[in-house]
Amino acid sequence: MSKERAFLYILAGLALVVLLTAPFVGMETIWPQTLWNEPASPLAAIFWKIRLPRVLAAFLAGAVLAVSGAALQAVFRNPLAEPFTLGVSSGAALGAALAMYLALPPALILHLMGTTWNIPTLPWCALAGALAAIGLVYGLTRLRSGFSSTTLLLAGVAVSFFFSSMVLFLQYVSDPTRTFHMIRWVMGGLDRIVGYDDLLAMAPFALAGTLLILFRRYELDLLLTGEELAIARGVEVVQVKQLLFAAASLLVAGVVAVCGPIGFVGLIAPHICRLLVGPRHGRLLVASICFGGLFLVLADTLARTLLAPTELPVGILTALSGGPFFLWLLLRSKQTL
Amino acid sequence: MSCPPVEIALEVAKFSFRFGQKVILEDISFQVRRGEYVSIIGPNGAGKTTLLKCLTGIYPGGQGVIRWFGRPLGEYKQKELARRISYVPQADGRLPPFTVEEFVLLGRYPYLSPFTTIQPEDLQAARQAMEAAQVMQFADRLLETLSGGERQKVFLAAALAQGADVLLLDEPTTFLDYRCQAEIRQLLRRLNGTGRTILAVTHDVNPAVLDSRRLLALREGRIVFCGPPDELMQPEVLRSIYNAELVLTPHPSTGQPIIVPDAPATSTFDSH
Repeated sequence: MSKERAFLYILAGLALVVLLTAPFVGMETIWPQTLWNEPASPLAAIFWKIRLPRVLAAFLAGAVLAVSGAALQAVFRNPLAEPFTLGVSSGAALGAALAMYLALPPALILHLMGTTWNIPTLPWCALAGALAAIGLVYGLTRLRSGFSSTTLLLAGVAVSFFFSSMVLFLQYVSDPTRTFHMIRWVMGGLDRIVGYDDLLAMAPFALAGTLLILFRRYELDLLLTGEELAIARGVEVVQVKQLLFAAASLLVAGVVAVCGPIGFVGLIAPHICRLLVGPRHGRLLVASICFGGLFLVLADTLARTLLAPTELPVGILTALSGGPFFLWLLLRSKQTL
Repeated sequence: MSCPPVEIALEVAKFSFRFGQKVILEDISFQVRRGEYVSIIGPNGAGKTTLLKCLTGIYPGGQGVIRWFGRPLGEYKQKELARRISYVPQADGRLPPFTVEEFVLLGRYPYLSPFTTIQPEDLQAARQAMEAAQVMQFADRLLETLSGGERQKVFLAAALAQGADVLLLDEPTTFLDYRCQAEIRQLLRRLNGTGRTILAVTHDVNPAVLDSRRLLALREGRIVFCGPPDELMQPEVLRSIYNAELVLTPHPSTGQPIIVPDAPATSTFDSH
């Protein structure tokens, strides 16, 4: 068995172990027998209603961020490309900041078709902001003919800075409480997730988007060889790039809307996986799903236990723990990114 | 009984191409028969590479007609086209992070399905292509660790793995040393001998004259010559293409005229 394949199996195994054990770990350890012996106890309720959905959401978010990052790095043929370089997170942050600045009610209650719809405001505003950013970036590049990767990346960076400044402006003119909420939101975190509603809302999109990217694994490989050669090999480059860009951005927009911007995973997870399993996307994407998921679950577990009963924003931890680890890998690896 | 009809692989008629306002190719018409070896020559900036990229669909658009095997280029799906023609770019610039085998296997893309893994026949085709291009011994090496000549052969192998009848090559021997040039040219002649149609862009006239049956010369985006090697190797024809006086001498083994660099003392160079 090749080294790359072995790493893939190890990653998958670790992901499974982490998924199975993380919900038991927390401020108070819950032992598996509690779930059987005292199914009605408060601990069992914490396990099923708080910890399990949160761990699953963390895994899903990490996997989605990593898989989008891997796809975008190939589409742009640029190691710095990631969901957040393209303005998605700053767009979402602006949407969320606006909702907080305008002190919108936490949920809109709609009576439609005989049912009551409870629509949480913040995630939807964040989603709208993320979509606006994607639309703007994409629209800007459509003004000129062609679909140049560099133009798109630069447009993303520009839009990202612009939106970030607007968020800073809103923070500056808000009262301290709202400013604090905004700053806290931008740090990203999974503490908002209680129960399965968010998870169920995120899962179908995450699954569809991830499958869509997985089905384009050969195209991603070929995009790494350059657009001209990819066309000559039979790839409909313009369509494939548009599709992948849309899929990756929407995936990330969905995650950011629920969890806030969790930086670092989308950028670094694919790079770490590339060092472990090689550049071919068949393996790389699967490895990114496993690694991104397990990494965010671990980071979130630390975030909720390190300073218990207080919680650390997980975004701080992902960058703090991943940064040095990535630099270490980078320095000892002979392969360039 | 008459001879079997000659099959036309490529037909270009009144084709023009521009980048923005700038005309790159103007009124290009020519045909390539199946199994032919045609070289496209001409000075730098004549539009040779652009023509090749238009023929592969890398540069879409342009006015006029391009037909591959009787069917307009625009009617092909890109994958379908890739099964019939393959393109070999210059193996310079940014290299992908793949090993030789991984890179050659990507040549099988037109046959791959998103729902399955790489099939045994794809592996076999890639192996055969690597053997034909004599790069089997590098199979596990990263592209970036190879020399220029080795890379060019690997790029050729990847194009062969595509299983197409037609090879379009962009400067296949430029920047290579004499031995590598000889190896690549021998390989191309062998491929042509087994029935592959070859259309190669080159600025090096001598190998083109020795290897191809027909040459096409471009100058400032127009075809200024189309014919067999002997007709090309006339001082006045070469002057009309390159706008320079070139020194011709017979090849020691074939007697065909070839161009030699002029010596400074007896320079016949005459710039117009």
